[in-house]
Amino acid sequence: MIRLDSVKKGFNTGSLNEFIAVQDASLSIGERRITVLKGPSGSGKTTLLSLIGCMARPTSGRIFLRGTEGSIGSLTFDGMSEVEVTSLPERFLTEIRRRTFGFIFQQFNLVRGITALENVMLPAYPLGEKHGLTKARAVSILEHFGLEDRASARVEWLSGGETQRVAIARALMNDPPVIIADEPTAHLDSALSSELMDTFGRLKSEGKTVIIASHDPLVFESAAVDRVISVKDGRIEQAPSMDRACFEGEAPTARPREGMILAPMDAA
Amino acid sequence: MARWIEKQRNIIDFTLSALLRRKGKNISLLVVYTIVVFTLASAIFFTHAMKEEASLILRGTPEMVVQRLMAGRHELIPPAYGRVISGIRGVTAVEGRLWGYYYDPVVGANYTLMVPRQAPPPEGSIVIGKGLSRQRQVYEGDMLSFRAHDGRPRSFVVQGILSPESELVSADLILISEKGFRDFFGLPRPYVTDLAVSVKNPQELVTIARKISEILPETRPIIRDEMTRTYDAVFDWRGGMVVVLFMTSLLAFAILAWDKASGISAEERREIGILKAIGWETSDVILMKVWEGLVVSLLSFLLGIVFAYFHVFSGSAFLFAQALKGWSTLYPVFRLAPFVGLAQVALLFFLTVVPYTVATMLPSWKSAVVDPDAVMRA
Amino acid sequence: MILQPTVISLLLICLVNTAMVLGSAGCAIPILRRWDIRSGSEEQLLLERRTYLVSMMLSYVLALEVGSFFLFIYAADSLHPLFTGAMCAAGTFNADGYGYPALLLKIVGLMLAGLWLILNFVDSRAHDYPLIRVKYSLLLLLAPMATAEGAVETAFFIGLKGNMITSCCRSLFESGGRGVAAQMASVPVRVATPAFFASLAATFASGHFYQITKRGAYLFSLVSSANFIVSAVALISFISLYFYELPNHHCPFCILQKAYWYVGYPLYGSLLAGGVSGLGVGVLACLRKTGSLSRILPRVQRRLASVCLASYALFAAISVWEMLFSRLTLR
Repeated sequence: MIRLDSVKKGFNTGSLNEFIAVQDASLSIGERRITVLKGPSGSGKTTLLSLIGCMARPTSGRIFLRGTEGSIGSLTFDGMSEVEVTSLPERFLTEIRRRTFGFIFQQFNLVRGITALENVMLPAYPLGEKHGLTKARAVSILEHFGLEDRASARVEWLSGGETQRVAIARALMNDPPVIIADEPTAHLDSALSSELMDTFGRLKSEGKTVIIASHDPLVFESAAVDRVISVKDGRIEQAPSMDRACFEGEAPTARPREGMILAPMDAA
Repeated sequence: MARWIEKQRNIIDFTLSALLRRKGKNISLLVVYTIVVFTLASAIFFTHAMKEEASLILRGTPEMVVQRLMAGRHELIPPAYGRVISGIRGVTAVEGRLWGYYYDPVVGANYTLMVPRQAPPPEGSIVIGKGLSRQRQVYEGDMLSFRAHDGRPRSFVVQGILSPESELVSADLILISEKGFRDFFGLPRPYVTDLAVSVKNPQELVTIARKISEILPETRPIIRDEMTRTYDAVFDWRGGMVVVLFMTSLLAFAILAWDKASGISAEERREIGILKAIGWETSDVILMKVWEGLVVSLLSFLLGIVFAYFHVFSGSAFLFAQALKGWSTLYPVFRLAPFVGLAQVALLFFLTVVPYTVATMLPSWKSAVVDPDAVMRA
Repeated sequence: MILQPTVISLLLICLVNTAMVLGSAGCAIPILRRWDIRSGSEEQLLLERRTYLVSMMLSYVLALEVGSFFLFIYAADSLHPLFTGAMCAAGTFNADGYGYPALLLKIVGLMLAGLWLILNFVDSRAHDYPLIRVKYSLLLLLAPMATAEGAVETAFFIGLKGNMITSCCRSLFESGGRGVAAQMASVPVRVATPAFFASLAATFASGHFYQITKRGAYLFSLVSSANFIVSAVALISFISLYFYELPNHHCPFCILQKAYWYVGYPLYGSLLAGGVSGLGVGVLACLRKTGSLSRILPRVQRRLASVCLASYALFAAISVWEMLFSRLTLR
């Protein structure tokens, strides 16, 4: 579904404080599963996440996407073959991102000063959909999470758990097939954390793909998780124990090359 | 097309709520912006209204006035000149005018005494302008006394006071009968101050004026259009001076706008980062910033113009009237008739909104091109 | 120089416009040298961000060009009393040698900016920035043009002095006189009227043909550009006469005055819009072969063609209305 091929992401290249966040990363994310990128802070998993989610362009390497259908300008996706998204202009990347990914951030990152409902509707604003339709959809998502009576409350007045659910609702606004979460349990207690993992499990059963970056054991040891990828110092490590769920293994279109570190279970 | 409109509505919605959330910073900008528009609009409305007023007034003056010069100074005209001029082809009428100045030491002001063409006041009475009446505290029925050319006083009964509407030109005017005028100034019978000439074809004015100068070389024909042009030029020049002086304020305003736009708070930066992260494109954020600028501009523009309108047309531009009207001891109290054209509004738009928009262009772009993953890295 | 507020604001706009075009051209140089869409380097990302700034600036430039075009004519009109012999803007433009060149350069600048924005729009719809080199090379050409426009306009205003003797529009646009303006006015009504309607008919015909069969883009573009010129000549030669209700008043600027209900604005606005969009169709047709554009070009071209036809329709409607209801009859 999403495939990275020797991806490298560096900052301040060429200067003295050059910093390579991700080095030579190749992996393949399967559909309808929960994948966790595990690693300590500074390991590059957040950068990896942003690369997977089409939020950042790699310094070198390639990224492929499969499964979205439709067309953007001169580009067509037929939902079956892979499309390379590495060098697409920002306009296209953003459009793909809007349709494919929903993001949940570490600090939830809701816009302060406006209501929960408005926050949930924000991702749909640039699409030019009729306001009534957007609002109806947002309300129904909030109802799904039991927040219909908090919809018109300002986000500053929401409790931690409510904020968490609003953040998830926002991620689901454009009905994306993939949910990406960056350290979602960082500011939560264990009760809310397990509630969150339950929610992810539910989303998986509804057919969504979930990718989480976390160093919280509660997350990567959760039963709902299908696969854990270890990331350390910007590189993907060979994880020792990986045989949790049955994994059909999507066949990558490229054959493994010499010296390439692959996440396990990806061998053709 | 409908999508585009809907998208603009959504973005405007968010922009308005964003502006209201940062009231403090935006209010100060709004106030300065409004003052800038107000100042410029007042000056432009004022000079334009004065131009219109002047041209209206001048419409009532004779098409051509012929004056006699002696050693470069204004001299009285003998009636023979009038006969010569009426002989020129194309001239329909020549009328002698009687007018002069009188310096009143009591208030230190110059009055204009004039014999009107129609309905001159009866002997021994005068009609005075409102400004004069106010200054000397004389009203209908009172007596006014002036020192005539022979040093002896002449008294006149104030028969009437000129209407306040005409104050702009009549504040210092005294209308008097011909006999009273000649007696007061000692003007010998046939001589007049100058001649008012009417012609059949206005296009011929220049030719006739030339002929007059040729036949009567001591005379100076003054064509009304030239006067209008001169007034226009003076007010244009005055208006232009204000605008030029205004340029420094405009520059300061542009710098303020740039500064305000660049110094976006951490909160605003975070907001833009979130928008980019959840799927807003750079062009969407730029659009938001453009709308932000438009809303602030339009509000300030409207407020500034409305305030300027009332300032100039109800308050007679009390804030800068002194500089724009010129120096005089007798200040007429007058109400300018509202003359505001689309052209003035457009001009104001170009002088205020355009610099603001251009000044905020670069900061808007800078804040919009932040990376979508910036919120994740922070 | 005549220190009128309108003149000052025009000079200000001139300065701002030239600065923005030069700034954009400055951005063009690193883009042309180091653009590589396939690279993910930070430099490339920076260049991509710059393109947003350039689009923004060029959009502002176009808006300012349109506004200052009309303001320029208004300024000339309001200044005309200061020149002997001038009755309207035409006289002011003739007062010093730079007036008409400045006007012409403004029109050209306007159309070039419009074309650039059309190219930019199409380029942004493609997934690999196919027109990046074309666009930014064009910018390098636009820069000297914009500088020339600014310089000529400034020279025009500096050269204006009160009481200069100039000609009235009547003599400038007089039939039988010399010069381009007079030649345009001298086109006899018997020739100009059918030519105008024939040109309009040809434009609409080729436009509809293009819309339906999707072929003949070049033809349509050519015909619509020709129509632009024919309509402009027609306006001076006989259409304006109907508005003035005088058989000899050929001036193209007086219709912008309040006395004629500002009808000049929609007339010139629609003419310019038609000209730019029609030209755009042809320019885009040249880019047919570029791979990624092949799908989006036809849609954009069709929309441009609609805009073109609608604009010319407006122009024709206003002209014909006046021709029918004016008190003047020309035989």
